[in-house]
Amino acid sequence: MFTALLIEQLLNGLQLGVMLFLMAAGLTLIFGVMGLINLAHGSLYMIGAFACATVAAATGSFWLGLIASLAAAAGVGALIEVAVIRRLYDRDHLDQVLATFALILILSEGARWLFGSFPLYLDIPKLLQGAVPLPGGGQYQLYRLAIIAVGILVAVGLYLLISKTRLGMRIRAGESDREMIGALGVDISTLYTVVFALGAALAGLAGALVGALQSVQVGMGEPVLILAFVVIVIGGIGSIKGALVGAVIVGVVDTMGRFLLPSLLALTMPAAQATTIGAALASMLIYVVMALILAFRPSGLFAAQS
Amino acid sequence: MKRILAASLFGLSLATSGLAYAEPVKIGVITTLSGGGAGLGIDMRDAFQLAIKQSGNKDIELVVEDDAQKPELAVQIAEKMIQGDKVDLMTGIIWSNLAMAVVPNTVAQDVIYLSPNAGPSALAGANCNANYFNVAYQNDNFHEGMGEYANKDYKNTFVLAPNYPAGKDALTGFKRFYKGALSGEVYTQVGQTDYAAEIAQIRASGADSVYFFLPGGMGIAFMKQYAQSGVGIPVMGPAFSFDQDVLPAVGDAALGVKNSASWSPDLDNEASKAFVQAFKAEYNRLPSVYAAQSWDTANLILSALSKASVKDKDAFRAALKAADFKSVRGDFTFNTNQHPIQNIYVREVVKDGDVLTNKIVATAFEKHKDAYAEQCGL
Amino acid sequence: MKRETTINLLLAAVLLALPLVAAGMGEPFYVTLATRVVVLALAAVGLNLALGLGGLLSFGHAAFFGLGGYAAGILATHAFNAEPLFAGIPGTTSMPLIWLVAVLVAGLVALPIGAISLRTTGVYFIMITLAFAQMIYYFAISWPAYGGEDGLSIYVRNAFPGINTAQPLPYFLVCFAVLMAALLLFRLIEGSRFGSALQAARQNGVRLAAVGIPPFKIRLVAFMLSAMITGLAGALYADLNRFVGPSMLSWHMSGELMVLIILGGKGRLFGPVAGAMIFVSLEYVLGGITERWQFFLGLILLGIVLFARGGFLGLVSGKPRHV
Repeated sequence: MFTALLIEQLLNGLQLGVMLFLMAAGLTLIFGVMGLINLAHGSLYMIGAFACATVAAATGSFWLGLIASLAAAAGVGALIEVAVIRRLYDRDHLDQVLATFALILILSEGARWLFGSFPLYLDIPKLLQGAVPLPGGGQYQLYRLAIIAVGILVAVGLYLLISKTRLGMRIRAGESDREMIGALGVDISTLYTVVFALGAALAGLAGALVGALQSVQVGMGEPVLILAFVVIVIGGIGSIKGALVGAVIVGVVDTMGRFLLPSLLALTMPAAQATTIGAALASMLIYVVMALILAFRPSGLFAAQS
Repeated sequence: MKRILAASLFGLSLATSGLAYAEPVKIGVITTLSGGGAGLGIDMRDAFQLAIKQSGNKDIELVVEDDAQKPELAVQIAEKMIQGDKVDLMTGIIWSNLAMAVVPNTVAQDVIYLSPNAGPSALAGANCNANYFNVAYQNDNFHEGMGEYANKDYKNTFVLAPNYPAGKDALTGFKRFYKGALSGEVYTQVGQTDYAAEIAQIRASGADSVYFFLPGGMGIAFMKQYAQSGVGIPVMGPAFSFDQDVLPAVGDAALGVKNSASWSPDLDNEASKAFVQAFKAEYNRLPSVYAAQSWDTANLILSALSKASVKDKDAFRAALKAADFKSVRGDFTFNTNQHPIQNIYVREVVKDGDVLTNKIVATAFEKHKDAYAEQCGL
Repeated sequence: MKRETTINLLLAAVLLALPLVAAGMGEPFYVTLATRVVVLALAAVGLNLALGLGGLLSFGHAAFFGLGGYAAGILATHAFNAEPLFAGIPGTTSMPLIWLVAVLVAGLVALPIGAISLRTTGVYFIMITLAFAQMIYYFAISWPAYGGEDGLSIYVRNAFPGINTAQPLPYFLVCFAVLMAALLLFRLIEGSRFGSALQAARQNGVRLAAVGIPPFKIRLVAFMLSAMITGLAGALYADLNRFVGPSMLSWHMSGELMVLIILGGKGRLFGPVAGAMIFVSLEYVLGGITERWQFFLGLILLGIVLFARGGFLGLVSGKPRHV
């Protein structure tokens, strides 16, 4: 029975990691190419979830909602890139942090203005409802398996995009030398808008997928945003591979910590104390892991550039 | 100008026709109107304003401010209301941690505070105060009700709450009356939205039932994920995760779940029926428990105003304590610590046409008192 | 006199005069609001030392702000309940003593955080400071001994010898004096050899190392000093609100402190003061006008970051002092 539970928890950790990867991939791509810290990435995640819930409620189709979430997040992403973000590329990180902090306020309150203050309804599509049996006697939710599959597909897709396509070549060029690609005649501002919209679309996709599992409400992006930052910092900012590895580390460590720490502590102290202290430690665990990794590798596991 | 004149004439005629005291009364309402928790505050404010409007009392002035669910901001607004607006009464706070930040200093400045929601245990026992009236519940109450009711069907329950004081109060309340065994007790991270790890533990625990307290988005996430996990062990909770504000977001996953509250839209008394009807007519949605408690708070204030001047603190406190108003919860009296003595009901989530709502299936406690009143020196 | 110095004096005069007038007119709330400005400014002065002079973009200063606040809250609670803190040491309600503890605690916690974080640079530094603050934040929420998420109430504002701190105006004057002292300290540091080395480390760490001064040590000391000032502000903030809770430790608080500096002008002596005056006024005025105040606050902040480079002081007093 314990083995089944362990397998299930590992899958849970993997699924959380994959979801974080969708967020982190966009963040790290945007940082790698444009050198921008985007705190408003969580708001794009929220926009994806709101778009999906609204369209799914209107049409009855989750799949149309999913398309809407990609379109809405990419659209809003492109819009704010053109209106705001593009003025920030040559600023220092402090200005970027503040401008995107302001964007969070605007987008959150704007979403509440448009969609009201109550959480929205978004359910898992019929096709993916229910659970499947696991080896060892456990069961696992089908939808979570689907999220893992989507995450793997996106990872492969991004790899192909960056290593095999013309756009990918430009992205790589932009990461290694920003001035050069301009000199080579690539339209940088379009490239930047496209990269930003791509990152935004991934965040929107994550929001829509997760929105069906969680609560679609204002402010839903912020906890995920902080975790996504932890992920890209662990993985090495600018590295997609790092984002993937970092995401899986964070997902698994967080899930296993929540699951195992209270039981481990229960071996040495009274159960009531162990649950409280275990929960307290578990909530700090990923930050401890991050601090440890950075203490030994100050630029993350897969530093793409200095 | 004409309108103001007409309004004051109207007020005057009311004053002469029934109200004992027609003096201007300022009520400060601090509540959450922006951010993720705004739905609760909006229900609270709407019900409060509607009750005042329906009373026709034109002498009441409301000062409504948004605390954005931030304790520091709530403290600042409270100072402004007390020192700047010079309000006579205060109310409105939804969250326990904000109440803990605001209430002790407010009542210490001899301003009366009436809680329309949130009743932290720290304010119910030794630190109770003559200026603090809780019109909602003591935090443990709903959980105690469910604990008592669970004895009927269950022997082995898995309990779950966020790792913060209200979460611990919740499980303490549940365990105070639940006699069966606990197959697991888990405290989750505050604001957590993924419960896969906890649901896996529930599945492996061999429990015959699950009790959880996860307010707001946490509860929505838990219910949706639980319904899809295929675990299938019956779930119970307090009303917070099954009330009118969140039910549309949880959806059919909530159908049939038993939850405990002091009120339900189908409660059979005149005041409640009139309230539900008025609220629906005005706002085109069903009221939540928060709205009901807020409606009661407003009516309690109105009843006290008709008996005593708000400037005469002692007389006004006595008038409040008499609780001489028609509560939508039926019988309502104050205990010595000025917390409610009221029934706690068990409700079940049902579908009324297309709308998810609750109906009462049992009464867990009649005239229930909280566990801390004895420590209160009032 | 230089234009910026004139403006600084003017800001200080306005900040001092407004509460005096408000108190005279029987409007104590505006005194409280001004105290809030002063305390937030003090916290940002601390951050400005690291961020403005040292170029260390700490996104975790809420940790020190909150620790200072908890120092005040915990000591006052133990004094109130007459329980010893540990090993027979009693709590206290004496502000000078509380301040000392707040400063020491903030400095001691800043030592390991700084020592680890300063190994990284750029975005990594921003994020690792954030991570440490989050660790402390989650610890505070889930640790039951001192209120967890509910925080701690300070039932009676702590005492300062010879001054009735329960009244808004005297407490404002205490905070104002502390702020002025911190600004003086900032000025002294800026002009000292240490300050020059710190600014040199920001501009070119390698060159500094080449002349035999290790930038790491300079930065670490600056980070600790910065944390200590912010910790002191936290203790004052707790006494202002008579409450301390985990939200003082949240990343929003760190963000707000950065906002204050940017609004006023990064690296400028009175930048945090101007920033706090603008921010608190905006929050208060907008909050009074509309429920959607956060939306408009966001718009205004965005406008300032995009179009008013150098913040308020940059706008009114021309070129920044250091490029």
